[in-house]
Amino acid sequence: MQDLETKQDLDLRLGALISEHQHMPGALMPLLHAIQDNIGYVPESSYSQIGKALSLSVAEVHGVVTFYHHFRTHKPGRHVMQICRAESCQSMGSEALEAHAKKCLNVDYHQTTSDDAITLEAVYCLGNCALSPAVMMDEEVYGRVSAEDLDALIAEARA
Amino acid sequence: MTTKIYVPRDSSALSMGAEKVAVAIALEAKKRGLDITIIRNGSRGLYWLETMVEVATDQGRVAYGPVKAKDVPSLFDADFLNAKNHPLSLGLTEEIEWLKKQQRLTFARVGITDPVSLDDYIAHDGYKGLKKALTLSGAEIVKAVTDSGLRGRGGAAFPTGIKWNTVLGCQADQKYIVCNADEGDSGTFSDRMIMEDDPFVLIEGMTIAGVAVGATQGYIYLRSEYPHALKALNEAIAKAEAAGYLGDKICGSTHTFNLEVRRAAGAYVCGEETSLLESLEGKRGLVRFKPPLPAIEGLFGKPTVVNNVISLATVPIILDKGAQYYADYGMGRSRGTLPIQLAGNLKHGGLVELAFGITLRELLYDYGGGSATGKPIRAVQVGGPLGAFLPESQFDTPLDYEAFSNIWAVVGHGGIVAFDDTVDMAKMARYAFEFCAIESCGKCTPCRIGSTRGVEVIDKIIAGKDTAKNIKLVRDLSDTMLNGSLCALGGMTPYPVLSAMNHFPEDFGIAK
Repeated sequence: MQDLETKQDLDLRLGALISEHQHMPGALMPLLHAIQDNIGYVPESSYSQIGKALSLSVAEVHGVVTFYHHFRTHKPGRHVMQICRAESCQSMGSEALEAHAKKCLNVDYHQTTSDDAITLEAVYCLGNCALSPAVMMDEEVYGRVSAEDLDALIAEARA
Repeated sequence: MTTKIYVPRDSSALSMGAEKVAVAIALEAKKRGLDITIIRNGSRGLYWLETMVEVATDQGRVAYGPVKAKDVPSLFDADFLNAKNHPLSLGLTEEIEWLKKQQRLTFARVGITDPVSLDDYIAHDGYKGLKKALTLSGAEIVKAVTDSGLRGRGGAAFPTGIKWNTVLGCQADQKYIVCNADEGDSGTFSDRMIMEDDPFVLIEGMTIAGVAVGATQGYIYLRSEYPHALKALNEAIAKAEAAGYLGDKICGSTHTFNLEVRRAAGAYVCGEETSLLESLEGKRGLVRFKPPLPAIEGLFGKPTVVNNVISLATVPIILDKGAQYYADYGMGRSRGTLPIQLAGNLKHGGLVELAFGITLRELLYDYGGGSATGKPIRAVQVGGPLGAFLPESQFDTPLDYEAFSNIWAVVGHGGIVAFDDTVDMAKMARYAFEFCAIESCGKCTPCRIGSTRGVEVIDKIIAGKDTAKNIKLVRDLSDTMLNGSLCALGGMTPYPVLSAMNHFPEDFGIAK
């Protein structure tokens, strides 16, 4: 019953988002963004509903969702932490920062901490290269991040 | 009388605490009963000095930085509202040597204005280029862009005017202007700065492009990693629409131009123009075969101008001041200025706009201040993850498309990433292959398979297994990728790999 209610709720929200976006030229990308912004991820169970509305096969929807790094098919933690792995951040010690984060959070990339607080993701450039290494927490960027700064960010996210 | 205080809203400034500084200043002024107005400007691009706070005085704007929220009470105690001295004083902003020596054309307003104030934009020469364009024919506008010598700032350096001319010459019921704002190269942030810190200049440039070639719809394809740019662009577009600078009958003319921001989703390959178009159409970002060129069959099969942010944002000043004014800057066939981004292991990272022709050494030491760690700079990667690594012996190369091409390197988007002597170049070569493997669209075999095999072979070299044989294998593989890939991702990954091997052989276990 609980599940059914959730599924009905999900279908309703999907339906509203689909009718809002389906008439845009090239509607699939804006629609997927809207779904992820609204629900937190793009559930695989939504593919057939999206496909029907946009005249696409489930395989085509699946192909697009999985092609792009930004889209997730599973619920993330309450916060998403992205660590930049690109060259500029590497030149300022991002590898050590990555290792520190993985150790402290006890997760690898694309995983969520056991308390559901933080999902760890890799990112390739946040455009903050003059202040490397850079980290993004949800939608805020942090520059010249040290291990201590990272600990503080994690503590804040868990508070 | 109210005192104007400037605190940047640029995301790099925010990454150093600008929001907290702005809040602290507002609170402190209230506590002391002082009348101030805080303007959230863009960043001047002196990122090591962020948060850089400026106070408007009769002599001009006076700067303080880097300011932390905890410094705010002492700034008030020192009477910074009257430009008095403080340990963080930097003097008149325009007199700061780093800024004073620059030649800012595309970035003329960046850091000076409130990015989302249309009035401020117009007060600082905004929309002069569009007004001029509206008095010209499409062919005349395209000629101005061609005569300026402007080449694509996205990486391929193709002449912008030629692209526009092709679209102008096409007969179609619909044409498009697409701005490639999927800047994903490490070490580059000039697109982000334009979009966050002067979004109207991009909007104006795209509108001019639309008027020139007869396109009525524009799309900005924006990186999902840039949420602040999204906000600034949407705010600016709404204001431009409300004031008649976008929509039907722009500025009372017969022209129509509508603009929409579309979010990308973290695929590096979508910075390649045909992948980008596929993505905008709602598909996987697979590279298209060329021909047909996007200028002839682009978005939804219609003639489309696809340009980078900086190319489009440079158009307004060319129309305003004239093609010759712009072309007078630069050297050889690299005309005008380049917004150069200093990044990585440098003391003073930030945005430097200068005419083509300055050398890397001047940029790294006169502007960059040497390495942040104080160790010697050993390697510099120019032009993003597909750019070559340059050793110290090549630091005197001038920034010029042809000069770089002569040493088998690329200027690309003008991003410069410095590494000190702790860098392991075999690891960097491995990373280049790894990045290509993660980001390949998978359509062509050299890129899809070559990148994965590349990682494996480099791993063997790093482990010291059959070094000579495996070095030869990497060279063969690179040759296939260079000549057999469909786009620049697979086709240029050999640049960082081979340049690392050629210039730093000792890191691969081979004699120098």
